[in-house]
Amino acid sequence: MLWGSRKTINMNYFPDEVLEHVFDFITSHKDRNSVSLVCKSWYKIEKYSRQRVFLGNCYAICPERLIARFPELKSLTLKGKPHFADFNLVPDDWGGFLYPWIKAMAKSRIGLEELKLKRMVVSDESLELLSKSFPNFKSLVLVSCEGFTTDGLAAIASNCRFLRELDLQENEVEDHRGHWLSCFPESCTSLVSLNFACLKGEINLASLERLVARSTNLKSLRLNRAVPFDTLQRLLIRAPQLVDLGTGSYVHDPSSEAYNKFKAAIQSCNSIRSLSGFLEVAPRCMSAIYPICENLTFLNLSYAAGLQSNELTKLIQHCRKLQRLWILDCIGDKGLGVVASTCKELQELRVFPSNPFDAGNAAVTEEGLILVSEGCPKLNSLLYFCQQMTNAALITVANCTNFIRFRLCILDPIKPDPVTNQPLDEGFGAIVRSCKGLKRLSLSGLLTDQVFYYIGMYAKKHEMLSIAFAGDSDKGMLYVLNGCKKLRKLEIRDCPFGDAALLEDMGEYETMRSLWMSTCDVTLGACKMLAKKMPNLNVEIINESEQTESNLDDSQKVDKMYLYRTLVGHREDAPEFVWLL
Amino acid sequence: METEKDLNLEATELRLGLPGTSNESAKNTTHRSNKRALPEQPMSANIDTASKNCDQETAQHTKAQVVGWPPIRSYRKNCLQPKKSEAEMSGIYVKVSMDGAPYLRKIDLKVVKGYPELLKALEDMFKFKAGEYSEREGYNGSEFVPTYEDKDGDWMLVGDVPWEMFTSCCKKLRIMKGSEARGLGCVV
Repeated sequence: MLWGSRKTINMNYFPDEVLEHVFDFITSHKDRNSVSLVCKSWYKIEKYSRQRVFLGNCYAICPERLIARFPELKSLTLKGKPHFADFNLVPDDWGGFLYPWIKAMAKSRIGLEELKLKRMVVSDESLELLSKSFPNFKSLVLVSCEGFTTDGLAAIASNCRFLRELDLQENEVEDHRGHWLSCFPESCTSLVSLNFACLKGEINLASLERLVARSTNLKSLRLNRAVPFDTLQRLLIRAPQLVDLGTGSYVHDPSSEAYNKFKAAIQSCNSIRSLSGFLEVAPRCMSAIYPICENLTFLNLSYAAGLQSNELTKLIQHCRKLQRLWILDCIGDKGLGVVASTCKELQELRVFPSNPFDAGNAAVTEEGLILVSEGCPKLNSLLYFCQQMTNAALITVANCTNFIRFRLCILDPIKPDPVTNQPLDEGFGAIVRSCKGLKRLSLSGLLTDQVFYYIGMYAKKHEMLSIAFAGDSDKGMLYVLNGCKKLRKLEIRDCPFGDAALLEDMGEYETMRSLWMSTCDVTLGACKMLAKKMPNLNVEIINESEQTESNLDDSQKVDKMYLYRTLVGHREDAPEFVWLL
Repeated sequence: METEKDLNLEATELRLGLPGTSNESAKNTTHRSNKRALPEQPMSANIDTASKNCDQETAQHTKAQVVGWPPIRSYRKNCLQPKKSEAEMSGIYVKVSMDGAPYLRKIDLKVVKGYPELLKALEDMFKFKAGEYSEREGYNGSEFVPTYEDKDGDWMLVGDVPWEMFTSCCKKLRIMKGSEARGLGCVV
């Protein structure tokens, strides 16, 4: 047709360096993956220029193959255990070990500079090997990990000469009473970000002060509970350039000299945009930070159990530029009303329960959520633990069409709409119908198959769905699998979904990262069949009872099943209680 | 024995505490504390569509807590929980002395939830009998009288004020004996 007359430019006339330069501008992992599929030459150029790799499931590929694929790897993100491990549904020793990755990268002389891990088991041994194997190592971010002690941190501090970032978020770290902080040599002045808020033990305060004093590029500092108020004040004097501050203990006497000095110090910290901590807080002491509230974009008071609602609201009234707010439910519905009228730039709200096991007494209800959704037009991300929810409220909230993440957790997991006594199907239906950009959804409350009908029908961009105590039959799960074609992670607990749903469209699972089903109606026989038919999937059963695989009948229900796509078959590090089918 | 039951002595039984308070309030507190451990029972028993869920869930809800619910990271739970259990676990320990005993004891007023249990605990601890309490006559029928030192430093008879008031102002307990006791016991 038009072949002859079209002037085409053949990209292969360009030298590789030019293509490489072009590819530099392509930063998204998805896009780079696409680029590598165009042709062999592009594959090769992309392969050698790829420096950042994200692996959402560390068992999808083995370290050796990853290194062979991307030999110029500099920045690696790894996720280990399934999400529900955060809630104690996965036994210890399930897996997700860092060591093999470090060992392989060290052996291949990978020039690793950044490592970000989530839900992995990180041993001191692996931290030590890491610290000694990568001379240009710059950034370590550990989120919700375990298995290491302060000895491992000491190795990082001692050996990573150009360390810029050490960011420990919500990890379980054993304290060995070493002075890990003192292990940063005097010559180390490169720190930009230091977050040790999750550590439980004592810190050498003098070392901390000296470290902060010589780290002139320090922008982010989050302290742990052991750092007392007067140290905080001295640190602020040394680091007025901070952008992100996490206080340690915020307990002080308002009439003391330290308090006056603090007030003076914090006034000069006019770069602070992000504030967190208050792990220990005395009441009526928050007025000292009012001067910096005006510029805050992120405020995290979700660990400040000592603050009452009226103090919280007074504080928030000063925070007109807030974009992200993490708070405890003791703020109450009225307090959320203050958020709604003050924080017009708010994009993300997380409300955590202060009494997680007291289902009768969460301090926020649907009222608070309505107020925020009506008052904050930019709201797009929500995590909300509450006492109750109504369909009417959710329908109102659905007017806020920007939601990308919507996670609702009613403390009583099967509570119906208390006004109408109906399930919450219609409410969530309204959310998925209106919020066309919704990528992540967590459901709770009394829910039937109907809500899944709506999800399958409308939630076209869904990537992650968390379901608990919901649905009536296999139809529910089938609606989701058939309708949500972009689904990557599906996690289900305590729902009546069984073999028919699991086996209906087995090919679907190859387009997803993983599927978790626990306390559902899936049988061992069905899992075995799935494993047999789908060689690119690992189907794992977690069995915590005394029975062995041979004793269990195929018709018996499995307690926990986790399946994920993989290029490398069964993993070799599974413990006894994990059966690889 | 049998005749006592027939006479329904409970109705006329002398008890510690103000008139109107009874064992029911003690029962209520235990009931409330049981409820706290369990998630609320589903209220949807009368909805047909939900009844299947209901059966499934009620069975699960009989566990003390549903594992992994609410979905909060352990790290966060551990940060908030200790505060709560610390408050619950820190008892109100007061010293107890008894005239003639070689050393003192300590008792946790939070554990004994009311006067009857307190007296029983003291009686067990020091091997004595306190006698019957009445507002008019104090402790009748015994040489031993339980007393306490209040915030003002005064020595008061155990049992006169409501239990909550007592636990907040009791600094020390002392079991008086003999002539001193008789003086306290008789209120004319």
